[in-house]
Amino acid sequence: MSALVEAEGLTRILPAAVPVTLVDDVTLSIAEREFIAITGPSGSGKSSLLYLLGLLDRPTSGRLLLAGEDTAPMDEATRAGRRLATLGFVFQFHFLLPEFTVGENVEIPMRKLARLNRRQMRDRAVELLEALGLRDHVDKHPDQLSGGQRQRVAVARALANDPPLVLADEPTGSLDSQSSEQVFAILAGLVRERGKTVVAVTHDLAMAARMDRRIHLVDGRVVSDERAGGQ
Amino acid sequence: MRLIVDIAITHIVGRGRQTLVAVLGVAVGVGFSIAMAALMQGGQDDFVARLVDTMPHVQITDDRRTSSIQPAETAFDAAAISGLRPREDRRGIINPAAASAWLEGWVPGRLAVSLNTQVVVRYLGRDVGASLVGVEPRAERAVSPIVADFVAGSFAALEAGGTNVVIGDSMAERLGARLGDTVTLVSSTGRARDFRVVGLFHTGTTARDEREAYVLLKNAQILAERTNVINEIRIKLDDPDTAPDVARRAEARLGYKAMSWQEANESILEALVVRNVIMYTVVSAIMLVAGFGIFNIVSTITHEKARDIAIMKSLGFSEGDMQRLFVLEGVAIGAAGSALGWLLGFALVYGLSQVRFELTSTGQEISGLPIAWSLLHYVLASGFALASAAVAGYLPARRAARLNPVDIIRGAS
Repeated sequence: MSALVEAEGLTRILPAAVPVTLVDDVTLSIAEREFIAITGPSGSGKSSLLYLLGLLDRPTSGRLLLAGEDTAPMDEATRAGRRLATLGFVFQFHFLLPEFTVGENVEIPMRKLARLNRRQMRDRAVELLEALGLRDHVDKHPDQLSGGQRQRVAVARALANDPPLVLADEPTGSLDSQSSEQVFAILAGLVRERGKTVVAVTHDLAMAARMDRRIHLVDGRVVSDERAGGQ
Repeated sequence: MRLIVDIAITHIVGRGRQTLVAVLGVAVGVGFSIAMAALMQGGQDDFVARLVDTMPHVQITDDRRTSSIQPAETAFDAAAISGLRPREDRRGIINPAAASAWLEGWVPGRLAVSLNTQVVVRYLGRDVGASLVGVEPRAERAVSPIVADFVAGSFAALEAGGTNVVIGDSMAERLGARLGDTVTLVSSTGRARDFRVVGLFHTGTTARDEREAYVLLKNAQILAERTNVINEIRIKLDDPDTAPDVARRAEARLGYKAMSWQEANESILEALVVRNVIMYTVVSAIMLVAGFGIFNIVSTITHEKARDIAIMKSLGFSEGDMQRLFVLEGVAIGAAGSALGWLLGFALVYGLSQVRFELTSTGQEISGLPIAWSLLHYVLASGFALASAAVAGYLPARRAARLNPVDIIRGAS
């Protein structure tokens, strides 16, 4: 089974008067159906690594392979296409488009991909939202929902095009404990029931402990990479 | 692309008041430029129409563009010839019947022949120099500028035959002559004859009202002692714009100088071009101001939507998509403004066309503003508005498209 993501010596340096190294020589491999936590103190480069993996940012040096394909030669439009079809993002803040309804927000990535017809898109959006307990909120606007509900909409949107890889940046960072638990359960469900790979940046160590694999970063370097069941 | 359009519409509609201001800005720009163009074009058309109406479209005279070559010059190649004095030519268009028959054969319009000479009009001891036009009244009717402008008597009185003359009212005033009085015309050869004033015209052109007199062609020929001679053919065309072509063809064939009204009024027409340049400059300036309004709103939208841009990019929208989105928003505002501007422009032009005022100098003519209704003005104004909207949208759109989503996501968290 080929790795979903493969990083070799991934480094990201912010050019400035005094260059800042965000991610420093990270080498890792992510397989299918993994449930991974990236942990570390503030400023350790967790989010930066996630953005690199998600093609939102380009590494200063090192190689990144997505499904065996080198991402370095891809142009901006191709990278955007990969994000659309194979990646799903969930951020700390829900980042829904405020002018659109919940249903429309979930439909937007599908419409951009244009693989389904409008009816199928609508059906799929409703189905995804229903699975996340948001059946009654399809036609509401994001500002009518609670924080936890919005974050679940964001998860539904990340799943819109059925990507194999979901990247989450502090998905529960701004939620109360009950909502956090709910969102965590959903992310776990993605791996266990839908066969997705989920990579989540978190500083909640208790939550990370319940995930299959924990990558710990300090100053942009991987200091530990351990799997559940002690390895 | 449908998706981009939907998002653009949602963005624009979501910002009702600002959008409205920008749209109104464009609309006012488009509307006023349409109204101004209509007014200036109308004024110009009216001016040209008057110009065209008062003069023949093509005037063929017995002049030649280049002085005739002396036979000696062609006969002796290397010889220098000086002091040769040409024989006094019998001036006039040679074989006028054939010339006018040929012209009548193909010219799309009507023509009239005449003999123009200089005379002195004498009445009660007062002399006024005048240009005497000997005409055939029936043909003249079709080309003459004076037929419709009689204040006393009529042009038709000439047709009756006899030694009658019609003169301008200003000339009559200077002479102290009135309708029915008999004046004396003295030609340059010294011959004098009495004519009865049977008509007074007022064209509004002083040179004409003060200096022209019309008699029958035959009378003019007798007075000038140039029997059967004519020295001018005037043509009124169905389409005045064809005048240069007609003139060129006539001149090539007849050899006489044939002057179109465009050539005769070149300097005036050039002045009109300058006027047009000024007009389009002002229109452009108005549009530029409207363009800044669009730039402003699209710029504001992209600033406020920075977060959404980052979201959409993270979802998989490319830079090109973002750019299209915001250019589209600019163009949509431009299009809405244009549509509204058309209505405004139409209303303004209609309003202007209803204005009536009295010309104080004569006190008799009620006149309206000359208005040109031209679709071209609408197309030009909205074309310019859309173009400036596209540019005004493009600049902030490019900036927005290049935003790095990571910077924004980082900033928000």
